[in-house]
Amino acid sequence: MDPSKSRDSAESTRVIQFPNDVLERILSLIDSHRDRSAVSLVSKAWYNAERWTRRHVFIGNCYAVSPQIVARRFPNIRSVTLKGKPRFSDFNLVPPNWGAEVHAWLAVFADQYPLLEELRLKRMTVTDESLKFLARKFQKFRALSLLSCDGFSTNGLEAIATDCRHLTELDIQENGIDDISGNWLSCFPENFTSLEVLNFASLSSDVNFDALERLVSQCKSLKILKVNKNITLEQLQRLLVRAPQLTELGTGSFLQELTAHQYEELERAFIGCKNLHALSGSWEATTLYLPVLYPACTNLTFLNLSYAALPSEELAKLVAHCPHLQRLWVLDTIEDVGLQAVASNCPLLEELRVFPADPYDQDINRGVTESGFLAVSLGCRKLHYVLYFCRQMTNAAVARIVQNCPGFTHFRLCIMKPGQPDYVTNEPMDEGFGAVVKTCTNLRRLGVSGLLTDLTFEYIGRYAKNLETLSVAFAGGSDRGMQCILDGCPKLRKLEIRDSPFGNGALLSGLEKYESMRSLWMSACKVTLNGCKMLARQRPRLNVEVMKDEDMDDGQSYKVYVYRTVAGPRTDAPSFVHTL
Amino acid sequence: MGSGGGGYEKDLNLEATELRLGLPGTTSSTAATDQEPEARHARNNKRSLVDRCEEEASKDASRALQKDHDSAPSSKAQIVGWPPIRSYRKNSLQATKTETETSLTGIYVKVSMDGAPYLRKIDLNVYKGYSDLLKALENMFKFTIGDYSEREGYKGSEFAPTYEDKDGDWMLVGDVPWEMFMTSCKRLRIMRGSEARGLGCAV
Repeated sequence: MDPSKSRDSAESTRVIQFPNDVLERILSLIDSHRDRSAVSLVSKAWYNAERWTRRHVFIGNCYAVSPQIVARRFPNIRSVTLKGKPRFSDFNLVPPNWGAEVHAWLAVFADQYPLLEELRLKRMTVTDESLKFLARKFQKFRALSLLSCDGFSTNGLEAIATDCRHLTELDIQENGIDDISGNWLSCFPENFTSLEVLNFASLSSDVNFDALERLVSQCKSLKILKVNKNITLEQLQRLLVRAPQLTELGTGSFLQELTAHQYEELERAFIGCKNLHALSGSWEATTLYLPVLYPACTNLTFLNLSYAALPSEELAKLVAHCPHLQRLWVLDTIEDVGLQAVASNCPLLEELRVFPADPYDQDINRGVTESGFLAVSLGCRKLHYVLYFCRQMTNAAVARIVQNCPGFTHFRLCIMKPGQPDYVTNEPMDEGFGAVVKTCTNLRRLGVSGLLTDLTFEYIGRYAKNLETLSVAFAGGSDRGMQCILDGCPKLRKLEIRDSPFGNGALLSGLEKYESMRSLWMSACKVTLNGCKMLARQRPRLNVEVMKDEDMDDGQSYKVYVYRTVAGPRTDAPSFVHTL
Repeated sequence: MGSGGGGYEKDLNLEATELRLGLPGTTSSTAATDQEPEARHARNNKRSLVDRCEEEASKDASRALQKDHDSAPSSKAQIVGWPPIRSYRKNSLQATKTETETSLTGIYVKVSMDGAPYLRKIDLNVYKGYSDLLKALENMFKFTIGDYSEREGYKGSEFAPTYEDKDGDWMLVGDVPWEMFMTSCKRLRIMRGSEARGLGCAV
């Protein structure tokens, strides 16, 4: 008998007879939802053990599944992450009242998961009523994170602060919130002590500083504090001396006039924060007081200056104090010179995001160019995540950049003028992006821009074998481009396309592909209603949703959103969304 | 003749008189690669944000509405959702731009001094902060302001700089953060004598 065969059969018997409680103990140590998905596919016993032990569920598309189905499969969930609208809704491409309302989920959770502790929402519609419901119905609720959501106001936050007795995290980021007043902060009970994370940097109304100071003094476990612009330097100093244990800080404005004494006190406060590893703030270009930060920068790994229009000199001085920086978000006011300073001072940099300070003015020539990006690639060899907004780029520069940093996992280049060629050779940017996919074998996310022909997409299809997310705008020449992607990228999960000449032929070439993807978005392309109907007819397990494109004059353009689902067609679709 | 039909039709320039949907100067099927980038996206029949704004502005003849939109010159067409920046970031950039723009136009306030024959006018934007402002006032009116303390106001001189705020109240200069002062100050008055000493006295 083949010894390996007998060993295999003995082992497989052993797996089936594994005692359930032991299996569950082991599986409860597994956190990653992808690992857990893999585990659940091994056998029926493992599927059951996994579903009983799962505490956190991640739902990447709220319409791919229903809350009832989730609750039926996972009885013991304590933490939920839910994502709603397609990503292009961040850029106003999805009309308001589209959906992704959290309330239907909360209603089921109140019944099935009364002990729910954490809720993290991205691009969902959340109303004040939902927030009040959440605060009332879940007695053990601890952590709320809202990113890029809409539909609620600061009144809803009042309910959270008032009723969630065990709240440890309140993280409000970049939402379409109706900012009525800062009164919500005063709603925390007098003896409240549990807060560990408080982020209200994106809110503009004034909070009561005394209430904030008291909160910070009492919450000894506070690790993350991000205040809004209205908090002055003097107030910041008072907060810092009460919370020297902070690991992440978002400051308010840096514009206040300080006396020499106040400056010293502030400096001392920052020196006292020995555990700071992340810093952010809305700073003004004219700030004089950045040096107070320097002592706190030694251990910084994340610096978010994307709301601080710093000139290059100020940034250069700042990063000179941040030798351990791993992630940097900046505005392009720092220009190439600023990026050179980053390259010289931050050899451990892994992630760089450069946002445009003046995105709509096409006349100006400021900002960053290919030189800045190149400089960073030379100085920061560990770079693997870049989001770069610029006004000019060349194929040669891109090729050299990825040669210097072949480990890119996320390459998102946005040349801001649509369809702009290599500004030196006047050729399409095909070869540049070709170099990216050929060299960066670990590439998972790609954002392309500039003048691109089908050749770019041929390259992507042929070489980007690990690509999961692709964003396309104003690119390509014919259906063939999109076909290459759909035929070629085996791990593709999210494809979003706008203003590109891909039509029904391209759409239908993905028939075999869409069920293995999370979603496809196409707007201002050449697909017609008939093409979408054909897709819907042939793939009943996909939701094929169309909306009339109001931005187009011809009355025949549609925005198409295709996604796999086990929940059937939406029951809450507004009148302008048609499921075919 | 038959096979050269295309040439004949071209001579007639039928395209110019053809009725079709779409903006003038656009065609429905042309390869993207051999076109200028601007023409290509114009050919998409896309109505830019600014085009629509201009249409609506002429409809209700309300210029004010137009001004509220993008600060970019209206000759440059803006595309919906491009560049891809989240609304929150977009709005916050807009807010900072407006702030810098108002600061560029100047915040002029009248300055009076008790006993002086005429008033002066200064631009608050010019000054970096209180010390800067007070030095300038000292120079302008040839006097010395005392030392500021939160408890006692300006000690050591018979002058006290005050200002009228948005509510119509007379406040001592220096109590609030500089930015707040800049936006709330309507006029300045340098008080003198017993009236000046009265301010800042604890009862």
